[in-house]
Amino acid sequence: MTEASRLSRYSLRFVALFYLAALLMIPVAIIFYRTFQHGLSEPIDALTSPEGMHAFWLTMLCVGIAVPLNTVFGVTTALVLVRQKFIGRGFFNSLIDLPFAISPVVIGLSLILIYGPNEAVGGWFMDNGIQIIFSVPGMVLATVFVSLPFVVREVMPVLQEIGTEQEQAAETLGASPWQTFWRITLPSIRWGVTYGVVLATARALGEFGAVSVVSGKITGQTETLPLFVQSEFQNFKVEGAYAAALVLAILALVVLFGMSRIQRRSDVSVAGQVPAAATMAEDVPLDPDKKENN
Amino acid sequence: MLTRGVAMMWLSVIVLIPVAAVVLRSLDGGLSAFWDAISAPEAQSAIKLTFISSLIVVAINIVMGTMIAWVLVRDEFPGKRYVNAIIDLPFALPTIVAGLTLLALYGADSPIGVHIAYTKAAVVLALLFVTLPFVVRAVQPVLLELDRDMEEAAASLGASNVRIFRSIVLPNLTPAILAGAALAFARAIGEFGSLVLLTGNIPFKTQVASVYIFGRIESNNTTAAAAVSVLLLVLSVAMLFAFQLFSYWRTRHDRG
Amino acid sequence: MNTSEFGTQTRSRKIGARLGIAGVALAATLGVAACGGSSGNTIALVAYSTPQTAYEKGIEPAFKATPDGKDASFSNSFGSSGDQSRAVESGQPADVVAFSLEPDVTRLVDAGKVPANWNQDQYKGIVTDSVVVLMVRPGNPKNIKSFNDLTRSDVDVIDPNPATSGGARWNIMAIYGSQINAGKTPAQALDFVKQVIGNTSVQDNSARDSLTTFQGGKGDVLVGYENEAIAAKANGVNLDYVIPDSTIKIENPIAATTSASDAAKKFVTYTRSDAAQQIYADNGYRPVVPSVFAKNKAKFPIPSGLFTIDQFGGWSKVSDQFFGDPNGSVIKIESELGNPTSS
Repeated sequence: MTEASRLSRYSLRFVALFYLAALLMIPVAIIFYRTFQHGLSEPIDALTSPEGMHAFWLTMLCVGIAVPLNTVFGVTTALVLVRQKFIGRGFFNSLIDLPFAISPVVIGLSLILIYGPNEAVGGWFMDNGIQIIFSVPGMVLATVFVSLPFVVREVMPVLQEIGTEQEQAAETLGASPWQTFWRITLPSIRWGVTYGVVLATARALGEFGAVSVVSGKITGQTETLPLFVQSEFQNFKVEGAYAAALVLAILALVVLFGMSRIQRRSDVSVAGQVPAAATMAEDVPLDPDKKENN
Repeated sequence: MLTRGVAMMWLSVIVLIPVAAVVLRSLDGGLSAFWDAISAPEAQSAIKLTFISSLIVVAINIVMGTMIAWVLVRDEFPGKRYVNAIIDLPFALPTIVAGLTLLALYGADSPIGVHIAYTKAAVVLALLFVTLPFVVRAVQPVLLELDRDMEEAAASLGASNVRIFRSIVLPNLTPAILAGAALAFARAIGEFGSLVLLTGNIPFKTQVASVYIFGRIESNNTTAAAAVSVLLLVLSVAMLFAFQLFSYWRTRHDRG
Repeated sequence: MNTSEFGTQTRSRKIGARLGIAGVALAATLGVAACGGSSGNTIALVAYSTPQTAYEKGIEPAFKATPDGKDASFSNSFGSSGDQSRAVESGQPADVVAFSLEPDVTRLVDAGKVPANWNQDQYKGIVTDSVVVLMVRPGNPKNIKSFNDLTRSDVDVIDPNPATSGGARWNIMAIYGSQINAGKTPAQALDFVKQVIGNTSVQDNSARDSLTTFQGGKGDVLVGYENEAIAAKANGVNLDYVIPDSTIKIENPIAATTSASDAAKKFVTYTRSDAAQQIYADNGYRPVVPSVFAKNKAKFPIPSGLFTIDQFGGWSKVSDQFFGDPNGSVIKIESELGNPTSS
């Protein structure tokens, strides 16, 4: 490696880390500090209280439903938007980023406008025994709404990047669409899916505004961890608030490490399967310089 | 195709219908009320501040996000795993916590002597915090999948690092960077919770659109709130469409 | 790069991950179902945020210890007064509503959720009182005594935005009223309000946020409620507060909704009992029952120039005249202050 490139490598690293430290690491350190500033008892009391425990489970529920749903539909939508051409494609593509551009309070209010007990759709649900707004289903709906874009947006650029040759080759070899998807497409977009899931999870975990509006804020019943943070803070229980925030951060980290683990295990199995790949390559002359042919 | 139908239906039910409800609400008082709401000087000022701040934030994120993704994928240093892990944290934290910690760092009692709270710069700072992961996480998967052959070939032919980056790597990253930038932009437009504590919320000076909208709701003027939301949506969609077009044009341009 | 074996491994890992998530979701649903549980005797209280501790830790357990309340259980919701009021209007189930100012109940009367005679009792529907005070740094270094000090050039004011915080309207009316009662004309009093808002460096969304701002070291004086100042001090926040001689009496309403059960109505009655009113007093609120107030009067000095919202026609008039969007006089002040083309 040349001197110039070593210098550029170090300076890039320095700038990136400095930026991250100033913007991110110090604030996170502050959260740690503020949680345990006055000892362990207050944070632990807050987290093990009935309201705290319930908030934890409710958060897990909302995230546990919203993220898998958005992953499945996200990958599907990404495939449709990248690989297919149809009228209205641009329109639907723009729809995807909308959940973001709307401020959370407005999201909550719009959900109430449709699914609220006084409205047509919501009223029908109420008559059939299902309360959506001011109850858990509405909170799940809001969580789905705000975490929608991520898997789609993460997967789409990767799909564009890898191109379609391998998929076309597989189809020439007689693979069904399903097989092509499971064995060719999905593995090659795995990092996009991974980070999409990580982002969607983080978003779903931290969502406050929209969920707050549709939840009814019932203590011990419809409070997620972010709502619990707000409530603790409101009542001057600052360590409890920070402790709950810390739990959210830890949950996000668990998901990230978990997904990375899954991908790394897959990397290991690739190394063991190289001979099989070579066999496949012998049968069909795939062009190794696929990028140039794009 | 079934998949297309299912995907479009998912999008419609989850996204399109609530958005349509907001649009309908904004027209409750007719077009004149809509116009009054969006032409109110305070609304215009808030929207301008929101837009300009969001664009600045996107520009910074494009540069820093790509750089961070590069360092995380291509570089090796002790603790890299942990740095990679905390990138998403601003996102997983409820906005009030984000606001509190930023205030502690950059407010009146700042331990490091930086007092930019209650200024327009604070808007940019808070938005940078909450949009950090987007470009990074959009670029990382593409970088990971990137085939290094061409870069190595170019290097062996004597091309400089900058040249390699600009002509070979960057074109491949552009769709991802722009996808991440679009997400960052949209998030910055809608951001609410972390901002108020840090910015001071002075109308015409440091009040952003989302807080202005909230103020209309509190003042029982839901129609105006919906109208300004719709305007913000339209402007965002236009911007996002512009991102898409640019991405499309760059991709064709570079690969043509 | 891709192999069939590898693909299968990834697929089974992904299925495993998704099953795991589904399993957690299932367990969580069961856990949630176990927690929730409301019986027929549940009283749904929807209230503003500051009295949360008073209700959950004081009044509700005390009510349950009485014969009227022994079978009662509570489901509680706390949030900003305006948000909560709008939620009930949109259909949130509620038996008892307790807000920080009357217009939030009036909204529900108009929506048919609260009976029109809710304030026809001897207390006019009010359950607690307070006063607008000026919170200052310990020792009052800037020597702030009344609202007149808020326009001083060396004083930095923190006050929530009246457009985004319904409760902040009490603060504005206190400032306005103090000037009227000092002999100014309405136009002069409004001009004074304008000067104060111009001297306000941070306009948070809510009273609690403005306290956070003040705690963070910003500002010399925070305009707020006495009960919040008392609660803050009790929770270790470093501040003092001054009760101006001329200030407004804050009145917090409570009402049983049209769908309220008998137990809920009894609860509303209970909130005016001596025991309940004492609990409010212990939490910093001024009791409305005169005998209980008398017992606590050392804690709650009565300002010589105390006035009420009735002086200005009550909230039904004030809401529109001062805070109606977009023509309310205070809302217009906010516009004028920032807009370089006018004023």
